[in-house]
Amino acid sequence: MSVLVYTENWDGKFKKATYEIVSYANEIAKQLGCDLIALSIGKVSDEELKSLENYGASKVLNANDDKYNTIISQVYTKIIADAVNATNASVVVFANTYTGRSIAPRVSVKLNAGLVSGCIALPTSTQPFVVNKKAYSGKAFADVQVNSDIKILTLNQNSYKIVENKKDAAIEAFTTEIPDNYFKVKSIEISKASDKITVNDAEILVSGGRGLKASEHFGMLDEIASILGPTATTACSRPITDLDWRPHSEHVGQTGKVVAPNLYFAIGISGAIQHLAGINSSKIIVAINTDKDAPIFEAADYGIIGDAFEVLPSLIEELTKLKNS
Amino acid sequence: MKILVCISNVPDTTAKISFVEDNKVYNKNNVQFIISPYEELALTRALELKEAASGTITVLTVGLQDAEPTMRKALAMGADDAIRVNTEAKDAMFVAKQIAEVAKNKNYDIIFTGKESIDYNGSQVGEMVAELLDIPSITSVSGIDVEGTTGKIQREIDGGYEQIECEFPFVGSGQKGIAPEPRIPAMRGIMMARKKPLNIVEPVEFTDLTQVITHTLPEAKSACTMIEPDNVGELVRLLHEEAKAI
Repeated sequence: MSVLVYTENWDGKFKKATYEIVSYANEIAKQLGCDLIALSIGKVSDEELKSLENYGASKVLNANDDKYNTIISQVYTKIIADAVNATNASVVVFANTYTGRSIAPRVSVKLNAGLVSGCIALPTSTQPFVVNKKAYSGKAFADVQVNSDIKILTLNQNSYKIVENKKDAAIEAFTTEIPDNYFKVKSIEISKASDKITVNDAEILVSGGRGLKASEHFGMLDEIASILGPTATTACSRPITDLDWRPHSEHVGQTGKVVAPNLYFAIGISGAIQHLAGINSSKIIVAINTDKDAPIFEAADYGIIGDAFEVLPSLIEELTKLKNS
Repeated sequence: MKILVCISNVPDTTAKISFVEDNKVYNKNNVQFIISPYEELALTRALELKEAASGTITVLTVGLQDAEPTMRKALAMGADDAIRVNTEAKDAMFVAKQIAEVAKNKNYDIIFTGKESIDYNGSQVGEMVAELLDIPSITSVSGIDVEGTTGKIQREIDGGYEQIECEFPFVGSGQKGIAPEPRIPAMRGIMMARKKPLNIVEPVEFTDLTQVITHTLPEAKSACTMIEPDNVGELVRLLHEEAKAI
């Protein structure tokens, strides 16, 4: 028996979400008293693969073939399902990212394994196997019991702390047969908005709403994010993307992204129920709003009733002072 | 072009969430149900694709009779016919099995789902249907055009977008961007919807592999610490020293 974790890479690199799921999967392996095996697909350096041993992986399977450069869910599903069978895994862990969401359900069908997506904590029990997930877009949580022999979990980003747990992992090549007709999806072009950290990866989100009144005023949020460093980025509420002031990828809320940063600044955001659903797992919420009755203050830890155009310049000044001290 | 759009019947996005029966079951009392928003957008784009070429749009729901008003709305938006699989939707694999069973001999060119339903947020059904039918699946579709028998698709990926092409048939899960706004049914559409076929099929048996044991609601936040607008330095100090967040 083992626990298998699929460690997605981004241009050959792992990131925080990878180490979160490895730490999480390692703790499940401990609960079950078995080994943790990591599976990487695509081109990743040995050094990068080796880094997985720091978080508990005792073996790393490396499925590296030029054919795997484009992430095709059918192809990746076949590789992962074959690896599950080869390692006799009873639990399979994915990150709840675009890729994880596109593959985990298919693997679940292939292995007739129950899937719980969007997990936010370790299983509360392994027999029966019960795990907690978000439901109703963050407005509720559900305890889900999985009754199949193999269990598949996807873990929400920023939900589990990275824990070091040094092992000595061997890297083994993993090969398997893929039918030719699985390669029907052709990648034509990839366009990345920028090198900025994504809204889901960020630890600090500086988010703006209609209270900012015009797209050019979001420059102040960019400035605050840049003072706070590379783990901070900007986000916004729904009306802002509807107005095309900011890209859809920055929309936080029920129909946008559900986030869980350490710190969330809600600036000029009144806090509609759909927006609150998207942010209520944030550890600290700061609200800045002119309306003292805005619902955002009920969700916030710290609040300032005031005009963003007066508060933000002093915030920029004070944060700069802090960072320079 | 034959398109199947799978829609789910979910609580309105402004609905308060509460539970009954030992917190196992969602409390439907006084709740307005709607087509899950991503599916409504996918349906809107499917209708545009059909109107630009030709073909039929079928909508499918796995649910009991109380889902029919939502299905009639989809017909009013312009879908040609509807299929309801007559069973309570259990977990995602159960729902996917029902959809795949309906779709397996019908040769749909595209099957649309939403990126996720806004109740259970599984993001699972579309990909499961594709695996059951052994066809490609494309998640987070934020734009789609069709040329001949090829889908030209934009999907969201981490930090950006990817343009891809895929031959029919495939499953696409729609998200924001696939259509700018959901189509609003016109009066004529609402009148016609009453006469369009809504076929009921019985479910296939499948024991669900996952079960919700209980639901909980988020804990109430403690009171917000208020800071005067002319004392922003205090906020920064608290975030640094008390919250240790910066």
